[in-house]
Amino acid sequence: MTNTLDYKTVSSENVTNWFKAAPVTAFPANGGACVLYRGKQIAVFNFTRRDEWYACQNLCPHKQQMILSRGMIGSEQDEPKVACPFHKRAFSLQSGKCLNADECAIATYPVKIEEGYVYIGFDEA
Amino acid sequence: MRHIVVIGNGMVGYKFCEKLRKLADPTQVAITVFGEECRPAYDRVHLSEYFSDQNADKLTLAPARWYEEQNIQLHTGELIAWIDRRNKTVETHRGKTLSYDQLVIATGSSAFVPPIPGTDKRGVFVYRTIEDLEAIIAYGKKMRSAAVLGGGLLGLEAAKAMVDMGLETHVVEFASRLMPRQLDEVGARTLQTRIEELGIQVHLNKNTQAISGNGKLDALRFADESNLPVDMLVISAGIRPRDELGRSARLDIGPRGGIVVNDAMQTSDPAIYAIGEVALHQDIIYGLVAPGYDMAEVAARHLVGDIEKNFSGDDMSTKLKLMGVDVASFGDAFGAKSEHNAIVFEDKAKGVYKRINISADGKRLLGGMLVGDAEAYNMLLQTMQNGMALPPNPEDLILGSRGGETSGAGLDSLPDEAQICSCEAVTKGMICEAVLTGEAQSVKEIKACTKAGTGCGGCMPMVSDLFDLAQAKMGKRVRKTLCEHFNYTRQELLDIIQVKEIKSYDTLLNEYGTGDGCEVCKPAVASILASLWNELVTQQDTIQDTNDRFLANIQRGGTYSVVPRIPGGEITPDKLIVIGQVAKKYDLYTKITGGQRIDLFGAHLHQLPDIWEELIAAGFESGHAYGKSLRTVKSCVGSAWCRYGLHDSVSFAIEVEDRYKGLRSPHKLKGAVSGCARECAEAQSKDFGIIATDKGWNLYVCGNGGIKPQHALLLAQDVDKETCIKYIDRFLMFYIKTAETLTRTAPWLNKLEGGIDYLRDVVVNDCLGIGEQLEQEMQRTLAVYRCEWKEVVNNPELRAKFTHFINSEATDPAVQFDEMRGQKVPAKW
Repeated sequence: MTNTLDYKTVSSENVTNWFKAAPVTAFPANGGACVLYRGKQIAVFNFTRRDEWYACQNLCPHKQQMILSRGMIGSEQDEPKVACPFHKRAFSLQSGKCLNADECAIATYPVKIEEGYVYIGFDEA
Repeated sequence: MRHIVVIGNGMVGYKFCEKLRKLADPTQVAITVFGEECRPAYDRVHLSEYFSDQNADKLTLAPARWYEEQNIQLHTGELIAWIDRRNKTVETHRGKTLSYDQLVIATGSSAFVPPIPGTDKRGVFVYRTIEDLEAIIAYGKKMRSAAVLGGGLLGLEAAKAMVDMGLETHVVEFASRLMPRQLDEVGARTLQTRIEELGIQVHLNKNTQAISGNGKLDALRFADESNLPVDMLVISAGIRPRDELGRSARLDIGPRGGIVVNDAMQTSDPAIYAIGEVALHQDIIYGLVAPGYDMAEVAARHLVGDIEKNFSGDDMSTKLKLMGVDVASFGDAFGAKSEHNAIVFEDKAKGVYKRINISADGKRLLGGMLVGDAEAYNMLLQTMQNGMALPPNPEDLILGSRGGETSGAGLDSLPDEAQICSCEAVTKGMICEAVLTGEAQSVKEIKACTKAGTGCGGCMPMVSDLFDLAQAKMGKRVRKTLCEHFNYTRQELLDIIQVKEIKSYDTLLNEYGTGDGCEVCKPAVASILASLWNELVTQQDTIQDTNDRFLANIQRGGTYSVVPRIPGGEITPDKLIVIGQVAKKYDLYTKITGGQRIDLFGAHLHQLPDIWEELIAAGFESGHAYGKSLRTVKSCVGSAWCRYGLHDSVSFAIEVEDRYKGLRSPHKLKGAVSGCARECAEAQSKDFGIIATDKGWNLYVCGNGGIKPQHALLLAQDVDKETCIKYIDRFLMFYIKTAETLTRTAPWLNKLEGGIDYLRDVVVNDCLGIGEQLEQEMQRTLAVYRCEWKEVVNNPELRAKFTHFINSEATDPAVQFDEMRGQKVPAKW
């Protein structure tokens, strides 16, 4: 699961399985952490300032590194983004598109919060 | 009134309309345009962007409304079926007839589909129009793998789109290398290596003989009898001019297609012009947009009676980014046209290849190619096109960064006629004038009023440099604000934080910023906060870069390295043994650093607190190798042992290192102390360097290694220890308070008005009267120093942050090691 092709964007209407990842309190404020789901590594980001959550593949397509969860989050013209710690490739957490280089887009996943827990949406059983 | 009919509404057809309308208003010339696609002309150069946002409007060059405003009759979805040259009429596929005075054929080209059996099967596509893309996207959703036939420019664009769609992607090329028309063997191999790293499989020397499958394709069959099973195929094997109207109207056609034109873009019928990819000029079909735009300009001018400007042929220079890899090729890229000497630079580790061809007399640049790093492209193209004199060592053209000169440096010497934007034929003079007259106040406004950079966009870095250059000429200060979230310079933010006593990033963002911040302003503000208050960086860990967040240096593969502080490079055998034991226990690669310390590599995130617990127990503390902060103060062995030593350099180095350890600054800081003028500690290459003299110590400042090495300059001579430290206090604090973010002391000094003399005035002569204040601020910052690792090791809550997964104890399975000379190293990326 270290190939970027293993990760495919899931849109919220296609979710068949909400995976209960961890309690909200386990995530840093305005930062991210990595969730393991069936061999896949999913980076989950807590935008405390805007009270929003985003999830994407942990794999940076630039150098194929499992790292995005340790990236700094922020926004570009209000679009939430994460910057890879290795070479600062920045990706939109809405579209997955690379914002400052010509890298492949990353897969994004829906997140929901229920009763203090963070759930990530997948379209596989 | 004259009636000009344009057949074709692509990029060049549109550009023609725009140019003609500028030269002739609706009372002079009526314009009618026919386009067979259902939408007005769009930007085909950026077609692959459609895959990511599927917004056709973004690609539209001008909406239907524009044609109305310009009084141009636009008929989309309508095809011209016949030209009647004798009666000067055209007939549409709906049977409508229209007379013309002059006709412009801009029908462009279609994708060339090679005569391979099976191209009619389901799952086979071409890559040319938005409709093609829509079909590819719809089909690709259910598929697993795709092949692109053709490893040229467009083929690789298409392959990138396949990767973006999440498909396993293959590129099949008939020739022995990728982009055979632009790159030589080595260039193509460099590009291939980079592309393969993305998981794309490249198949060279493959002559596709058949596309097999029952109704829908399932594999490609090659002449060498091998097979490539694949779910879909995109053909990108070149273009064919759409010259069928010219053929049926019996205009002169080239042997391999294309409507023959003269230098004024006229066909064999002087009332009919042809421009763009359908036009054959001196046996060349130009498949690029810039020459097409040139043709549009020539034809438009000729039609209004201006016969001055001719199309004299263009070169095929081009620069683009293919899957994140810069590729450029310009002029006589292969040196095939005349005698030449080639200069070649290749860096296999970084995947960079550069080649320039110099005329045999060594005076002119003929052309070249760049793969992996095309920053020099614009300057090289200008040098070639303007026949500019070459530097004494022409290799400087491709190794330019050795001297550290900025790209703006050469711009000043360019003539005003130099064409900066070749898509829109905008010269340096036009851009500078727009700025100097005040018409353009920003780079964005330059784009709007000169149209520079609105085509392929490749000239934008140069346009931006020209803007700065022209601004500077007007005496305007270019104010470097931090980023879109803070409309302040680093120095302004530092003043705000200090005066308002702001302690957290969030408070600053709430009160003085907008948005959510970013990877630029977060660490910059973190550094200011640390410089001023020196609170533990662990308190606001998510505004730190990963190194500061996890208090270790991230390495390839995602593991970290550990550097305990070894002040002055002095260490006891017992401590050395502890380092060895820890390295052995955690299986860490060990190396002596350039700063006289020992670096332990390859630690997993979760191991860091355990490793540090053991090191701290043995008396070590953080070396801050991860921070923009003091690293080491290097020393020679000094008078304690050395027969030449004048003073005890080791003791002084330890004292200085202990004093400034943990001090955060705009960039890293390095120091050194040498015991005599022989300078074994290389103090003159450090941010601050101290050298013993027979009367005391000389203090040198602002030396750097790095990209552009610079010797340190003498700040104070023959001073005693206390004075030396006082000056370093003042110097460092002054630097911390006035430097831009991520600027080391050398470039900071270079930009400081008055240079070293002014710095000496401030630090030694105290001309600003702030000396004492700077010392006190330094004292306050240093007084609150604590070892960050000690805090983490003793705090279970902080320790818990050092884990790869939030929901599992597992280590990152993606981390893999190889072995080299008996130690582990991360697997290559």
